[in-house]
Amino acid sequence: MRWELDPSPSPRKVLLTYALFLGLALLGLGLLFLLYGVPPLKAYALLLSPLTDTLGLAEVMRRTIPLLLIGAGLALAFRIGFFNIGAEGQLLMGAVGAAYVALFLPPGLWSLPLMFLFGGSLGALWAGLAAWLRARFGVNEILTTLMQNYLVYYLVVYLVAGPWKGQMVFGFLYTDRFPPEAQLPRLGDTLVHWPTLVLGMVAAMGLQVLLFRTPLGFEWRVLGENPEAARYLGLKGGRLILLAALLSGFLAGLAGVGEVAGIHLRLLEPAQISLGYGFTAILAAWLARGRPLGVLLTAPLLGLILAGGDALKLALSMPFRVVDVAAGLLLLGFIGAEALSRRRLVWRR
Amino acid sequence: MEEALLRAVLFGTPLLLAGLGALLSERGGVVNLGVEGMMALSALVAFAVGLQVHPALGVLAGMGVGSLLGLFLGVFAVSLRANQFVAGLALAALGLGASGLLGKRYEGTPLPNPLPEGMLAMLALILALGLHLLLSRTRFGLYLRSVGENPKAADLFGVSVDGVRYLALALGGGMIGLAGAYLSLAYRPSWTDGMTAGLGWVAIALVILAAWQPLRAIFGAYLFGLLFFLQFRLQGSVPIPSEAFAAMPYLLVILVLALSGRARAPKALGQPFDRGR
Repeated sequence: MRWELDPSPSPRKVLLTYALFLGLALLGLGLLFLLYGVPPLKAYALLLSPLTDTLGLAEVMRRTIPLLLIGAGLALAFRIGFFNIGAEGQLLMGAVGAAYVALFLPPGLWSLPLMFLFGGSLGALWAGLAAWLRARFGVNEILTTLMQNYLVYYLVVYLVAGPWKGQMVFGFLYTDRFPPEAQLPRLGDTLVHWPTLVLGMVAAMGLQVLLFRTPLGFEWRVLGENPEAARYLGLKGGRLILLAALLSGFLAGLAGVGEVAGIHLRLLEPAQISLGYGFTAILAAWLARGRPLGVLLTAPLLGLILAGGDALKLALSMPFRVVDVAAGLLLLGFIGAEALSRRRLVWRR
Repeated sequence: MEEALLRAVLFGTPLLLAGLGALLSERGGVVNLGVEGMMALSALVAFAVGLQVHPALGVLAGMGVGSLLGLFLGVFAVSLRANQFVAGLALAALGLGASGLLGKRYEGTPLPNPLPEGMLAMLALILALGLHLLLSRTRFGLYLRSVGENPKAADLFGVSVDGVRYLALALGGGMIGLAGAYLSLAYRPSWTDGMTAGLGWVAIALVILAAWQPLRAIFGAYLFGLLFFLQFRLQGSVPIPSEAFAAMPYLLVILVLALSGRARAPKALGQPFDRGR
């Protein structure tokens, strides 16, 4: 009996494999609900409850925004082999940049564009640092970007507890409210800050075009699929990776600007700014299989899980960590199905 | 001075244990990025068993959970030949999430009879020496290294690449589980969500810093331990915000990785093995 590659799996087999693994992931999640002491079906119903009313849908939409921005950038970064795990930190850098412009520069029409520009740039800088360390010193970017997440985390805590702490917030750890010029418009009574949503959709489409319709995109794809060939063609790998890192960091930074300027209207503790968008977006990007446009589908799916996790927290006071469990299981199920559908058992030696 | 060294060793011990666990599977060619989640979940299970039965049994339970999670990673990283990095990250999220979820009922409960830290620190040191001997002096060590360097050749000589990798993940997982148990049963005898505080990631960095050598991992872990201790000591006595101190270890990891240069990793690290190719 041998276990070998199946070069052309039938669509039926692929579909069945994915269904099997999705079922396994859901089963695993159900098991954890049971261990936690909640009937799994009730928990699943709550997880999907945001789909049943407009308020819930707005919650899903609101959480889709950062996932869209970050996911599009990560889809590109992963495709060319830059494992940026630090989107969480890049998002926080964006939030810091936005807060600086909002709180310390004179407000005006230029406030919001400047916040996006400055926040995005800080995010890009933060991701670019990891790319530079990889190119210059051969440091694995997974570890660098992870460690950088902790660094910004403490930077934000320091800022909101120390120098940027608001004048009228007393015991709370956050800055003063942003002036009206530095607040993003929202859709009706919801928290959907639509300008950031538009930015996210433009980013997904723009990166798709860049990746599949331009010479730069061609070089990126060659580098991602075959680094040897890229070297043979004389492509500058370091520069190509740096560029993708800067782009994905910039987009994550924009997501951070959107969160503080669209939802919280101030800089506050890191755990409240981001609900683990950085990690969830990794999943969105991976599910999109290296196609930035695919994130338009996968980001709302994960937005639903985040909104559902919130519903579970409100209804059953379940820790928000449940989202990590769901994301981890889904990711394992997806890569498991991806891998299994490409193999077959052969009954010979 | 003596106190500094003692604290350095006690703080370096979970790093050493988790680092050895990651090192073991990496020498066999399998990257394990799940360490942080594996540590968290085994810390929780060890604590729960330690609280309800006996701390010594808690240690075994923690190691058992670590091993099982290692084997679970193996299903994806070894049998299915999936992307090891992504599988590991997913496992990290799963472990952190599951421990946060299931551990809620244990938050704030102290362990009445914690284990002595010194004993486990000694055990970690013995394990490091043992792993060194295992890698350099035994047949299994030879198989493991050959599977990590050149799985194709190992396969031609009749070594079961998948079997060796599974075994390495299970043994390494046990050490990572022991690191978790040390945290929740001895070092800080309690359970809180996020108590691993990134130690699992630092342990992965330690493997690189130690150039995949168990003996060097001892010094690396204790060096980090000493730096952690100094950070606690200096805090408050110099006019630097406490957040800067809290961030220091993570900054140090980046610096150390940049300075340690391009250490030579096992050749087949991170690559799934396929006989057909």
